[in-house]
Amino acid sequence: MDRTITYKEASEDISGIITKTGWKYYAVLTLMAVSAVSFLFLPWAYQIYSGQGVTGLNAPVFWGLYLVNFIYWVGIAHAGTLISAMLYITQTPWRRAIARGAETMTFFALFLVSLFIFVHMGRPWNFYWTMPYPNQRQIWTNFTSPITFDVFAIGTYTTSSIVFLFFGMIPDLASLSHTATGWRKRLYTALSFGWRGTDRQWHLQAKACMFFGAFIMPLVVSVHSVVSWDFALSVVPGYAKTVFAPYFVTGALLSGFAGVLLMLSIMREAYPVMKKYVTAYHYDKVTIFVVVLSLIWSYLTLMEVVTGLYANTSQEIEHLKYKLAISPFSYLFALMIFSNSVLPLLYIFKKLRNSFFGRFIIPVFVLIGMWLERFLIVPNSLSRKFLPWMWHDYSPTWVEYSIPIGALFFFISMFMVFIKVFPIIAIFEVKEDIGIPMRKSH
Amino acid sequence: MAGFLERITERWKVYREPGFFKKLDHKWTMVIDLDKCNGCGACVLACYAENNLPVVGKDECAMSRAFSWLRIERYIDGEYPDVKVKFIPVMCQHCSKAPCETGCPVYATYHNQDGLNVQVYNRCVGTFTCATYCPYDVRRFNWRSYKFEQPLDHQLNPDVTVREMGVMEKCTFCIQRIRAAKDKAKDEGRTVQDGEVLPACVQSCPTGAMIFGDLLDPNSKAAKLAKSPRRYRLLEELNADPSVIYLKRVMKEGPSKHG
Repeated sequence: MDRTITYKEASEDISGIITKTGWKYYAVLTLMAVSAVSFLFLPWAYQIYSGQGVTGLNAPVFWGLYLVNFIYWVGIAHAGTLISAMLYITQTPWRRAIARGAETMTFFALFLVSLFIFVHMGRPWNFYWTMPYPNQRQIWTNFTSPITFDVFAIGTYTTSSIVFLFFGMIPDLASLSHTATGWRKRLYTALSFGWRGTDRQWHLQAKACMFFGAFIMPLVVSVHSVVSWDFALSVVPGYAKTVFAPYFVTGALLSGFAGVLLMLSIMREAYPVMKKYVTAYHYDKVTIFVVVLSLIWSYLTLMEVVTGLYANTSQEIEHLKYKLAISPFSYLFALMIFSNSVLPLLYIFKKLRNSFFGRFIIPVFVLIGMWLERFLIVPNSLSRKFLPWMWHDYSPTWVEYSIPIGALFFFISMFMVFIKVFPIIAIFEVKEDIGIPMRKSH
Repeated sequence: MAGFLERITERWKVYREPGFFKKLDHKWTMVIDLDKCNGCGACVLACYAENNLPVVGKDECAMSRAFSWLRIERYIDGEYPDVKVKFIPVMCQHCSKAPCETGCPVYATYHNQDGLNVQVYNRCVGTFTCATYCPYDVRRFNWRSYKFEQPLDHQLNPDVTVREMGVMEKCTFCIQRIRAAKDKAKDEGRTVQDGEVLPACVQSCPTGAMIFGDLLDPNSKAAKLAKSPRRYRLLEELNADPSVIYLKRVMKEGPSKHG
């Protein structure tokens, strides 16, 4: 970051993202919101009304695109947590400018995660039966079920992510409340909880963030491991693999970092003022992470196939044949390997890291590749289970295509509303990067 | 208060008994003699009639959403004139270590004291986990609310519920008939006798290939047949300990006309 920026400039730049709104913003937001309603909520209402029959799910393939997207968005959420928690504890300097954006992404990704759980359920109006609480119906949850693990893992993850996001935002909200007017002033004043910037308050805030950072850190590993156990704890060939927990966590972080890169690139284009704060330096650091994760992911993908081959049961062989040798899945597998293992390696070249290709094209490919990874695991393994009589392919219907696309629009529109209410770059953390001589000119 | 505590501790003692949770009143078992099965499909039809299974039509069947709790799998070995055709009726295997039971978050599927794998429709929230975990693919899902139009509703079995949209279901070993037999036996102050419970498929089998009985009763026909040297269980290597026992079909070596 340019160390000659003054405090005043930083405050004005970042609050400018909130206050300066052009017609383009409203046009895009309206488009996104309308698309979200027509692609997500109307088809979902149709599905709730007529039942899961409107999907392409069938007797062996009971888990389809909804579960794929559920895992996918848990994965997207993970990078935000890694950046905000692990890198906070290690006091890594480059996290400051991008942490708030990544945390926001985590929060809304988790929102979509719970949405996909509801979309996927046969009777979503009974979701609260999966939570253990004393009731007169004598219903209790089954603690051996991986789905119950999920309820706890994702519940914990969502709550702690919100708390962490909010705690990190208090000083910014207080500083925004000085300049804001109208309902914004009331909102910021209420949410800043009497923050006055005393030494003691700073001390406590740092302590609280450190505490929650330490609290969330294990969740980076545990949540996606738990999600992977939805599959690994079954007996289905292609699911029952011990490598799944690290495989899913690595994949989650890879897709999450790609998501952070893409989100930052888009934000920088939309708000050129952000180019002052998110610079080549940040791309440099994040892309190194992507390279490392991509290498680990490639190794684990190889291990997944090799353990299947090593088991050498007829079911595993059938499953691998279906996944690797038969069109169109063989092509999808090749595309997945290309976009997750080959393309990210281009980040080794320093010039590419901050180029258009490195900022937009590679992240998009990694995001597509990681989606394909989940797709090749979830419905594909079920298509070839044990008894060949019941083998059946899966072809999603328009409802199943429409709802994930609508969910993406919903994600974007929620994100767009968020950046107009809360600062997307942590003002006080960016100011820590400012050179000492410039700090005087407040 | 003291009396209440005593009552509670008295009750707890039962559960503290070693092996209480593994002790079953019955262990209902089905023995299917594949030597006798000719694949006529009467059992499938009987199941449809007994358990209020909806008939879903051509399109849904093509999507593999046929509702049959019991299906007859046909496997054909070899090329045309030298073919061997094998039939195997497959229904819920009522596994003692059922993979589906560990998956359900709300205990909609659990093991009861009769050794049955029970599905509670009202408790199901439709996470599909049980069906995904089932290695035999015997679970069926209510993709829609299937209607029984006039006059078809008159042939619904009053002992069995009509399931609503969004719940999982599967073969119950005709639990309503087991209940009826147990009630009758209780009224007459005796235990259920062998051959008293007949699931619809067993009752309808013209060749008598299916035999139903209590494995805990050593004199029952099923328990005796279960000791046959032809005995095997489906996908036994998965260690799910299924309750359905198949008696292997003895086939001639080499090519044959009818298989």
